[in-house]
Amino acid sequence: MSESTDKIPVTVLTGYLGAGKTTLLNRILSEPHGKKYAVIVNEFGEIGIDNELIVNADEEVFEMNNGCICCTVRGDLIRIIEGLMRRKGKFDAIIVETTGLADPAPVAQTFFVDENVGKRTKLDAVVTVADAKWLKERLKDAPEAKNQIAFADVILINKTDLVTDAELREIEARIRGINPYAKLHRTERANIALSEVLGRNAFDLDRILDIEPEFLHADGHDHDHHHGHDHKHDHSHGGLKHYHDEDMQSLSLSTDKPLNPDKFFPWVQDLVAKDGPSILRCKGILSFKDDPERFVIQGVHMILDGDHQRPWKDDEKRSSRLVFIGRKLPEEKIRNGFASCVA
Amino acid sequence: MTDASTSTPSVIERTRHIAAGAPIVGAHFLGRTAVLVLGEEALLLVPEEGEERRVAVHGGGILSAASDGARVVTGGDDGKVVASGANGDIEILATDEKQRWIDRVATGPDGAVAWSAGKTAHVRTGKGEVRTLEVPSSVGGLAFAPKGLRLAIAHYNGVTLWFPNAKAAPERFEWRGSHHEVNFSPDGKFLLTAMQEPMLHGWRLHDRKDMRMSGYSARVRSLSWTADGGWLATSGAEQLILWPFSSKDGPMGKTPRQLAAFGVRVEVVACHPKQEVIAIGYEDGLVLLVRLDDGAEILAKKPDKVPVSALAWDGAGTLLAWGAEDGKAGTISLA
Ligand SMILES: [Zn+2]
Repeated sequence: MSESTDKIPVTVLTGYLGAGKTTLLNRILSEPHGKKYAVIVNEFGEIGIDNELIVNADEEVFEMNNGCICCTVRGDLIRIIEGLMRRKGKFDAIIVETTGLADPAPVAQTFFVDENVGKRTKLDAVVTVADAKWLKERLKDAPEAKNQIAFADVILINKTDLVTDAELREIEARIRGINPYAKLHRTERANIALSEVLGRNAFDLDRILDIEPEFLHADGHDHDHHHGHDHKHDHSHGGLKHYHDEDMQSLSLSTDKPLNPDKFFPWVQDLVAKDGPSILRCKGILSFKDDPERFVIQGVHMILDGDHQRPWKDDEKRSSRLVFIGRKLPEEKIRNGFASCVA
Repeated sequence: MTDASTSTPSVIERTRHIAAGAPIVGAHFLGRTAVLVLGEEALLLVPEEGEERRVAVHGGGILSAASDGARVVTGGDDGKVVASGANGDIEILATDEKQRWIDRVATGPDGAVAWSAGKTAHVRTGKGEVRTLEVPSSVGGLAFAPKGLRLAIAHYNGVTLWFPNAKAAPERFEWRGSHHEVNFSPDGKFLLTAMQEPMLHGWRLHDRKDMRMSGYSARVRSLSWTADGGWLATSGAEQLILWPFSSKDGPMGKTPRQLAAFGVRVEVVACHPKQEVIAIGYEDGLVLLVRLDDGAEILAKKPDKVPVSALAWDGAGTLLAWGAEDGKAGTISLA
């Protein structure tokens, strides 16, 4: 999941139909950056993409034969990336555009499950384009839209010119309720600096440095309201409206006490083995007892990846922080489990 | 790690070195001419005597190649299926109307050729008639049965067996998961696939009995049968893995033979066409020949950290060709 410089970076573009994915894609392709992209588009997508290397994908989601519903890969992507690598040197990066109905997890997992794909390419980031006007509706009626927000590293709230400022703030709060860790951008016609969507290294272990929620810093307390009742509740922190989505949520754990690696690893491996289907993503920076180095960890469903990152700095507070984004996360169980890993 | 390079007998000095100029993705022999399949656009013909020759076959990447000994058939991302001869003549056998990628190709008896684009498989008989079959998901592998016009099409959750000339509905052999390379045993009794997971799956055709062959460290990409069909040699582990197929139960309930372990992944295997000798290409660039009866090893190429990507024997078994991911290649005369 990490390192290596000569691997081809892959950006995954998701977003509900009509949100502006194709506009963003065309913007990426037409700007004078001097880079060449191989573009993998879905067969049923919007047309009108002008690029030399363009491949149609079928979005075939294959389960691995362990029988688990979350252990899926994009079979067509394995085949296409293998084929594209025959033309290595003809392009600098790959962009995968998914249909509006696509779940980003199988796409992401493909890069970690298939050895050949993982050896030659690396997942850079999942970028989700959301329609400022319609996202709220989509979050109600389309589970895919929720997945795409929950999974994203970068979210473009597009078509901001079609909504009021108040509506925009509410949309942002809704997104934050699902995914407080993504980089959020407001755009009109998907106009954004390409450096904000490309070359993000969001899956690079060395870059797991910013897992602070983007605008909840000020509050200082954990957001652990998960009430299971049927209405959306909102409440105010530091002047920001904050929604908690009913089933999709994020969970943040932290401790200043060093962790015992002999307790932590069996616990986290067991957790993802059992609750992997409900965990979309996780990320963490960990401090182990008697270990001078920071340990970083990240995962998608049941796939976990971790490594020592660098020595703790002398003036740095040694603490551990672990975040999960998922659906119906067993919060008490996770909190108690994490607490029991203290050395 | 590979002490073989100092202590083992060697045929390295018989190598004709070739710089193909592009990654090599396959190797075949047409008579005494080695045909190196490059990752893009061309084949490199290497006649036993005389100059190498580059033959342009595709307007892009070459996605797969197969040979019946008379021609090398390639499928490209230009949507073309091309047959090439040892003299450099090429024939375009098919062009996909939507210019879809030709993902897989296979050669069969009497000049039959098969290819696939996405979920669609095609067979072109020796007479030039083309038949088409749609399978439920992208084709992972194609193989003709050793006798008769019968094609195995590997895909998600199984293999479809198809008689392109018969009215009968295709037969489905099911096994959960994604199936890639597919292969019949030379006696036609067993059907094998390499799965997305590091394992092989197999069926005994007459009673559809399943076989699982696991223990690999990587996806198996290279399968080769010994001359008498008694063993299936495979890549995907840190040694040569050979499954016994000489009894009616095949490898069921048996453990594989393991040879030539160096702690380095085997990338490609090629069985000698006449003797029980197997050429093995490793991830670190080593090429070894190993004799089955006593496990004796002969060094054919020293490791150089570049994975071996192709191996082929000529029909007589006196020429061996190897190719590597960096475009280096060689032919070794063993006569
Ligand atoms: Zn799973």
